[in-house]
Amino acid sequence: MDKLRRSMLFMPGNNPGMLQDAAILGADSIILDLEDAVSLTEKDSARILVRDAIKTIDYSQVEVVVRVNPLDTEFGSQDVDVIARVKPDTLLIPKADEEEIKLVDNMLNKIEEEEGFFAGSIKIIALIETAIGLETVYDVIKASKRVVGVLLGGEDLTSDLGVKRTKEGEEIFYARNKVATACRALKVDSIDTPFTDTNDYEGLAKDTAKAKNLGLTGKSSINPRQIEIIHSVFAPTAAELKHALRVLDAMKEAEKEGKGVYSLDGKMIDAPVIKRATLTVEQGVKLGLIRDEGGAK
Amino acid sequence: MKITKVAKAGTLESNDILIMVMPNESGKVELELESIVLQQFGDVIEQVILHKVKEMGVEGITIKAQDKGALDYTIGARAETAIKRAF
Amino acid sequence: MKTILGRELPDYIDGYGEVTPFQGAFRDAGIKTRKAVKLTSVNPSDGKVLDNLEQVFDKLNIKDGMTISFHHHLRNGDHVLNMVVAGLANRGIKDLTVAASSIFPIHEPLVEYMENRVVTGLVANYISGPVAGAISKGKLKKPAIMQTHGGRARAIESGDLHIDVAFIAAPTADTYGNINGVYGHAACGTLGYAISDAEYADKTIAITDNLVPFPACPIQISQVLVDYVVQVESIGDPAGIVSGTTKITKDPVALIIAKRAAEVIKASGLVKDGVSFQTGAGGTSLAVAAELKDIMQREGVVGSFASGGVTGYLVEMLEEGLFKTLFDVQCFDLKAIDSYRNNETHQAMSASMYGNPHTKGAVVNCLDIMILGATEIDTEFNVNVTTGSSGLIMGGSGGHSDTAAGSKLSIVVTNLIKSRVPMIKDEITTMTTPGESIDVVVTERGMAVNPRRVDLIEKLRITNLPLVTIDELKTMAEKITGVPKAVQLLEKIVAVVEYRDGSVIDVVRQVMNTNVWG
Repeated sequence: MDKLRRSMLFMPGNNPGMLQDAAILGADSIILDLEDAVSLTEKDSARILVRDAIKTIDYSQVEVVVRVNPLDTEFGSQDVDVIARVKPDTLLIPKADEEEIKLVDNMLNKIEEEEGFFAGSIKIIALIETAIGLETVYDVIKASKRVVGVLLGGEDLTSDLGVKRTKEGEEIFYARNKVATACRALKVDSIDTPFTDTNDYEGLAKDTAKAKNLGLTGKSSINPRQIEIIHSVFAPTAAELKHALRVLDAMKEAEKEGKGVYSLDGKMIDAPVIKRATLTVEQGVKLGLIRDEGGAK
Repeated sequence: MKITKVAKAGTLESNDILIMVMPNESGKVELELESIVLQQFGDVIEQVILHKVKEMGVEGITIKAQDKGALDYTIGARAETAIKRAF
Repeated sequence: MKTILGRELPDYIDGYGEVTPFQGAFRDAGIKTRKAVKLTSVNPSDGKVLDNLEQVFDKLNIKDGMTISFHHHLRNGDHVLNMVVAGLANRGIKDLTVAASSIFPIHEPLVEYMENRVVTGLVANYISGPVAGAISKGKLKKPAIMQTHGGRARAIESGDLHIDVAFIAAPTADTYGNINGVYGHAACGTLGYAISDAEYADKTIAITDNLVPFPACPIQISQVLVDYVVQVESIGDPAGIVSGTTKITKDPVALIIAKRAAEVIKASGLVKDGVSFQTGAGGTSLAVAAELKDIMQREGVVGSFASGGVTGYLVEMLEEGLFKTLFDVQCFDLKAIDSYRNNETHQAMSASMYGNPHTKGAVVNCLDIMILGATEIDTEFNVNVTTGSSGLIMGGSGGHSDTAAGSKLSIVVTNLIKSRVPMIKDEITTMTTPGESIDVVVTERGMAVNPRRVDLIEKLRITNLPLVTIDELKTMAEKITGVPKAVQLLEKIVAVVEYRDGSVIDVVRQVMNTNVWG
């Protein structure tokens, strides 16, 4: 995980003004959307606009993800063919299943060769939004080495499941667990579904915390105003950072003294605790909350 | 190449440009541009559109463009879309 | 002749007179005098109420070439200016100078009176809409004079701007000429921009649609200043006067700019007990107020005052105890009007008290933090809020230059690019506020501090804020938009931009007769 994907912001693909400002809105990743945000009659227009935006606009501060149309529509493969040639960081593949990821992987192999890009340089995020995709998420991730993450699409998934989507999100409890676990197992990012009430900041914070507590690593968003709250939930707190640094200090101390097992504040420190502390510190460094060598900034 | 029908692309929203193309009999490229930044960027906008027309090898085309402060990438994309729609 | 900012100006401008070029924001300070006012005393048996406007005109003996004045508290709902000018036009009066504190789109009828020479001069602090367009196209005989809010008060009080008759739109007036703005159909709250007019005009007329028995309370403009009172059917349309609610922008780019500006404010060290603050009512400016509010709440800071045109948002901050006082020259919404009527810590101020540089101290001098807008900025931090990038008049200083000069920290908040137009240029179309008064420019893609503010640069360096030079900001913008071609303008001077001290900081020239404003 070299890129932080705490937040992924959906931007409509046919809106020039928004494409111009997409990089400066604070999100770690931007998703230039050719699917749901673009009407059927404008698919061609958005595809060309997003292609030219990626060619022209300085997106070096963010990860550029393009959501293409599903491969089983007349637009999907054209989207992949046109967009991959301008080398976005990542494609977001809707209604992902194993077969579709393999299909895209093959297309990208061919395009990368034709364009002289490094093989495997264009990444994939699988949008899990069907029951079959969810149940096979482990295989979906394994379908291509390009897959760096999974985005959970709560709206389409609940519709496929025939259940009501609620603000509390009990109905996607299983899906969040399943995605988080599979992603942890295969060491890819797991991105939560957007919170759709853009005026309810308290609800957003709760929903984001819920996802984080279940093990998801980031959250997608449909409105730039949500980014700050998402980041604040996913950022390690000062207390978490302090504790993590103490764990690592204690580890170094123990190593020096040649101790195999040691404790901090009366609690045993074992490998999982050390791993979590390492991850927390790494994130703290990436976010500029602490300096490389440790110690509060 | 010749376009065969009237088509348009883009919108009149800020930062966008609405481009309408239609075939003409003269075989020439005719461009009519309105822009909120005509004095500052009118030449550039015309160049971008004409360059796109040439690149796509189109002749006998009349273009009407209403610009609302679009950047070059948008102008090129809208022109290309309009022409493709008109084939 | 050159201003200190390097603008070449003629020594003499037809229809304006001798030009004193701008030589620095405080170069003209020192001993000043106010003019003496001529008045007609009123005896016990004299009445003041006249039946209609025609009777008023009969009494006034208005002649060709006179100057009549108006305030702009009724903003885009004002009926009074149009009504008076139409009445005078009917009487065959020519060559009037209209000195209105601001001109709005509703004043479109003035265009015709400019064309047929009923009105040949215009003095205002802010001009928008069709009148601004007409001036830009050279339809006004003399160059318009564009002042600042404080500068207008100064000009009136010093005698530089002599007013023959002040027509005061009065939401409520009593039969002996006491006026307030807090009651009546066209209530607008404070009347700060009308005070100097009432005090210094040869004749002062209250035009009201809510005539009440003597005495009207509260009294904002006193009977001792008013010659006549006349009732008309309607002085203004409430829908155009105030907005019902003031909303903070939802535009994500504007919110990012506001957040950055708030971080600058915080880093400046000015946010402590006793802090004072002013911002405009625009979306981004108001969002800065919201961010500042968060900071003040988090840190338990109680400010001294907020000032300027007052919105409901500032009223909320007052009521929540974040500021002890509001200084209000103009109410922007109904909440502000209610608050001013009911809360004695919500103080009215005249334009003179607000920003007149030639007084014993204006409120702007006490201001810590000022949030400003801009239509263009040059790499010396000089700001244009008078013309758009196509050269067309679309505003004016208002309180811009006054507050920028007075405040300890002035921050311009603006998008770096607006519809392809880069905001930062080597050469701006019109200079309104000198760079020496501008401390920081905050955009969504970076911020620049005026090199004069070494202290501030030091404070901001240790933050994570995206600090760049103003030249870098310019390059950043031009990389995205391309370099704009200079707008061609004609020679004719259509407006003279006066700095607050009365010196000329720039002139506005006539736009070419092309459809550049789309």
